Amino acid sequence: MASTRALARLATRRTTVPAVWTRSFASVEPASPSRSTIPESKTSTVKEPATEKDAKIKTFHVYRWNPDEPTSKPRMQSYTLDLNKTGPMMLDALIRIKNETDPTLTFRRSCREGICGSCAMNIDGVNTLACLCRIPTDTTKESRIYPLPHTYVVKDLVPDLTNFYKQYRSIKPYLQRDTPPPDGRENRQSKADRKKLDGLYECILCACCSTSCPSYWWNQEEYLGPAVLLQSYRWIADSRDERTAERKDALNNSMSLYRCHTIMNCSRTCPKGLNPGLAIAEIKKSMAFT
Amino acid sequence: MSAPRALNLALRRIASPAGLTKFSPAGRLMQQRFAATTTISEKEAVNSILAKQRLNRPVSPHLTIYKPQMTWLMSGLTRITGLIVATSFYVYGLSYLAAPTLGWHLETPSLVAAVAAWPVVVKVTAKLAIAVPFFYHSFNGVRHLVWDFGKGMTNQAVVRGGWVVIALTAASSLWATFLA
Repeated sequence: MASTRALARLATRRTTVPAVWTRSFASVEPASPSRSTIPESKTSTVKEPATEKDAKIKTFHVYRWNPDEPTSKPRMQSYTLDLNKTGPMMLDALIRIKNETDPTLTFRRSCREGICGSCAMNIDGVNTLACLCRIPTDTTKESRIYPLPHTYVVKDLVPDLTNFYKQYRSIKPYLQRDTPPPDGRENRQSKADRKKLDGLYECILCACCSTSCPSYWWNQEEYLGPAVLLQSYRWIADSRDERTAERKDALNNSMSLYRCHTIMNCSRTCPKGLNPGLAIAEIKKSMAFT
Repeated sequence: MSAPRALNLALRRIASPAGLTKFSPAGRLMQQRFAATTTISEKEAVNSILAKQRLNRPVSPHLTIYKPQMTWLMSGLTRITGLIVATSFYVYGLSYLAAPTLGWHLETPSLVAAVAAWPVVVKVTAKLAIAVPFFYHSFNGVRHLVWDFGKGMTNQAVVRGGWVVIALTAASSLWATFLA
């Protein structure tokens, strides 16, 4: 089923194929028949206004889509920036474009230091946080910026993460205990037990890993995805939590956990250097050996 | 805390029935938060509005724009080679079963004789086409078994293991094609 979905979604020229062949499952038809992105060669380039002599001009191709024109196709808009006047990070470039050349460019950003996870996007083919991603100083290479892959686009670089947050809520990301703490004050744990949470609690839920996972692309309605499973493991591994069995039981079906095929795109792309792939393997292991 | 807010809290405390009788330290009172919470009906908010919005929203590009990396390319190859190996196994197995009825000759000696008559280029290509998927799928399968024990899952180990699988596949496919 997963492969047929993948094939159906890859078939962009739907007009030539009868609708009966492409879809045998419930899905939403796009408003326009073809939603393929218009390449940058067919769109205009917004240039930096005043360029100096020793300017280091770099081109950025940015994915644009405006919900005010719902039937229009997404397009790749090109911008040029002088790197001498731009900060070192991709987010600096985006902010500069928005401030100085094109105020209609839309993206999420908040902390600009990699702790809020707002500016997660696909930069040069890899999901990362724009604020932690340096602009490659090689001006001959053009940079491409897309929203997080296989998400519904709200506008330009802003993805709709409703489903992601809903999945996060479904794993009950909070301490569940029936017994009060022995001393009536705190739920204590040993240093060794606390150490098990290192590499798990640092996750900022930026959704970079989940949207880098091909398995999550094809099955995001049912499969929880690397980020949410890492969080699930954070509570399974917590010595203070008393609902470990229920938490594991909730994952014990063919879709929630086992759509992970250890592709390992998640760990490769995590901008915080965490290892969701390992966390999922630990869940699978604990379910197999109990 | 601002003065009007503190006054407001004090008034609320007085207004509540247990407010005057029950002792509570001032510090704890100051920390209480009277937050107004509203419950949004999921059916209302998520299903209707979201579905309407999604009708218009495009899905952002994925497979075509993601950087080719060893991780997902090797995973995709595992599935493709598995498909090739399984399909050829079933096709050959079923045709071997049907051979006596249909009068085909699929026994080892007749196959060997048929392949021996092929030109060298075709022979080598055919042997590689069988050997590469088989060995790649087997070695990468072992890699997955190691992963299932939670071993070798750091980024460096994943890349190193990937190259080991590719090297082993190349070596054993060449061995099977030219020496075996």
